[in-house]
Amino acid sequence: MNCIIVDDDSAARLIVAKLCSKASQLNVLDEFSNAIEAIKYLNENDIDVIFLDIHMPTFSGFDFIKTLKNPPKIILTTSDKNFALEAFEYPSVVDYLVKPIEQARFEKAVNKLSSFSVQQEKSSSSEGDAITELYVNVDRRLVKINFSDINIVEAKGDYIRIKTDDKSHIVHSTLKKIEDKLPDDMFLKVHRSYVINLSKIIDIEDNSVLIKQDIIPVSRSNRSELMKRLNLL
Amino acid sequence: MEEPNLKYIKELSEGDIIFENKLISVLKKELPIEYEEFLKNFKEQNFIKTADNVHKLKHKISILGLAKGYEEASIFENDLRERKEIKGYESFVKNIEILIDFLSAPLNKIL
Repeated sequence: MNCIIVDDDSAARLIVAKLCSKASQLNVLDEFSNAIEAIKYLNENDIDVIFLDIHMPTFSGFDFIKTLKNPPKIILTTSDKNFALEAFEYPSVVDYLVKPIEQARFEKAVNKLSSFSVQQEKSSSSEGDAITELYVNVDRRLVKINFSDINIVEAKGDYIRIKTDDKSHIVHSTLKKIEDKLPDDMFLKVHRSYVINLSKIIDIEDNSVLIKQDIIPVSRSNRSELMKRLNLL
Repeated sequence: MEEPNLKYIKELSEGDIIFENKLISVLKKELPIEYEEFLKNFKEQNFIKTADNVHKLKHKISILGLAKGYEEASIFENDLRERKEIKGYESFVKNIEILIDFLSAPLNKIL
């Protein structure tokens, strides 16, 4: 199982990496001292397990889990016993290890990983349904944007612009990546540079839609799909 | 008074000297810096930041075998977060200074 370690404490990362090195089924691919770097990595890499510290500055382990649409299995590591109940409210959390982590306790957690996958698959669809927002990295902050607030997403070279009624966020990402994160029933790609929120359409002309004050081009190949999605009289 | 020890590190390393060196080096480097930050935040009465410093330091206390010191640090951290009457400052400072003294020896003497 490929795993990463997320902890702001370098001694803690060293210890977890050492424990992982003794478990033949675990392969540590990378380590991160902050959640934002880890989220960027997860957007581009498939990971089976995250060893995640709960208590990190500015962005806690729980905040981190909430940003993941399809979280891998997570083993929480913490110096605080008080979060155990909250930890197991997250379906992707396999186990909760209190620091200093003893080897025998770590092995128990690793053994739980293989049996956990079945339960996770069973509940995965209901997990996905619950997500209503997206976190984007803006100037080293993770900003929450509710799906329902997004009007349009526009491709701008290596960046995308996410427009809501009152804000415009420039984010280093691609239209394809954000399209995968947005709910299909709410959003549609109408042009190679535009994804729109269907509920925000004011009117449609031949080759364009009006959303707030923006006129968005609709390419010929996407027009039929757009028309299918409208509740026409 | 508890004495620092390497029981946890030795059990974890199973004779891996490179790991032991790395971990002790990290503790030698980071503990004094985190302690300075703790003192500064406490002096400025920034209790949430101080509690965060204690949280990080208490893991190092536990790695170096001060079991009672770890429990005291946990209570101290909670008191800081809840702005309760703070009683644990002196023993916490004493424990950290014991650890800094312990780690001030050369690596080969510590191990």
